[in-house]
Amino acid sequence: MLETVALILVILVLSAGVLVLCLQSLMGAVVAASVVSLGVSVLFVLLRAPDVALTEAAVGAGLSTVVLALGLRKLGLWRIEGDRGEAHALVPTDRREREDA
Amino acid sequence: MRNLAAVLFIGGLGFFLFVLFFRLPLGAPPLVAGAAILEEGGETVGAANLVTAVLLAYRGMDTLGELSILFAAATAVGLVLGRRQLVVSDPEGGFILRAGSDLLFPLLLVVGLYVILHGHLTPGGGFQGGVILAAAFFVPVLARPRRGLDHGLLSFVEGLAGAAFIGIGLWALFARDAFLEPLLGKGVLGHLFSAGTLPLLSMAVGLKVGAELAGLMTSLMEAEGRES
Repeated sequence: MLETVALILVILVLSAGVLVLCLQSLMGAVVAASVVSLGVSVLFVLLRAPDVALTEAAVGAGLSTVVLALGLRKLGLWRIEGDRGEAHALVPTDRREREDA
Repeated sequence: MRNLAAVLFIGGLGFFLFVLFFRLPLGAPPLVAGAAILEEGGETVGAANLVTAVLLAYRGMDTLGELSILFAAATAVGLVLGRRQLVVSDPEGGFILRAGSDLLFPLLLVVGLYVILHGHLTPGGGFQGGVILAAAFFVPVLARPRRGLDHGLLSFVEGLAGAAFIGIGLWALFARDAFLEPLLGKGVLGHLFSAGTLPLLSMAVGLKVGAELAGLMTSLMEAEGRES
């Protein structure tokens, strides 16, 4: 039973890792990287390391995703659209410029 | 070329994980040095969570080094992004984001403080709880970017917590002739007020990490607001 769960998790982590490479959208790749961290943190729980799992979930899945996303914004590769609160569309900058042209 | 290297890395990681799961008995620790600590750690330090016992009692010096690495990183980010007065041009978040942040803030605060205060009893400790605290204070900034966080207050909390960590270490140095040696008696194993100075150290670590990371994320976000 435990082996089955672990096997599913390993496949999930590996496919999310491949997805990081294959995705065209950078924001999607960041989210896929956070899925990798989330899967690995569950693996740590199965390996009886709840401390490491907590760190991995907080830092790997939470903090590093935020830092990467903010880094993408800083580089201008991703930005929040619209000047009012209601109209937020998450569109990569390059595609937006193509639509403008 | 870059993708090839990454694919090789993922293949290696997959191989490692598969070998781990099919060769090792799941959950049986193949430890040598850890076995001795598992044997006597609970009695020597008085902490039910042996990971915290190792981090703050056996290897407290390493934790201090870790904190200084984090401090250097946060300082470097502050240096690179500058401290000029910023005009945040980000719009206010939508209704769902604002309501969600209002709901999440108290929950994250309670979870973070719980993880910090029970670091010597349950999994977790200063570092993990501190990251959760930083997230608790960053989520409202995400929803209402104009309000921001007081960087002066954050630096004050950070400096106070760091000074408290070193102060407790020096206190132990004068009282017991060893830096960061646990003081104040061990108490009853498993009680909230046990394990001597470990909960105090864990609180200092938690506050320092939380203030540092909240300041780091907020300044990253404000730096973007200036340029767009």
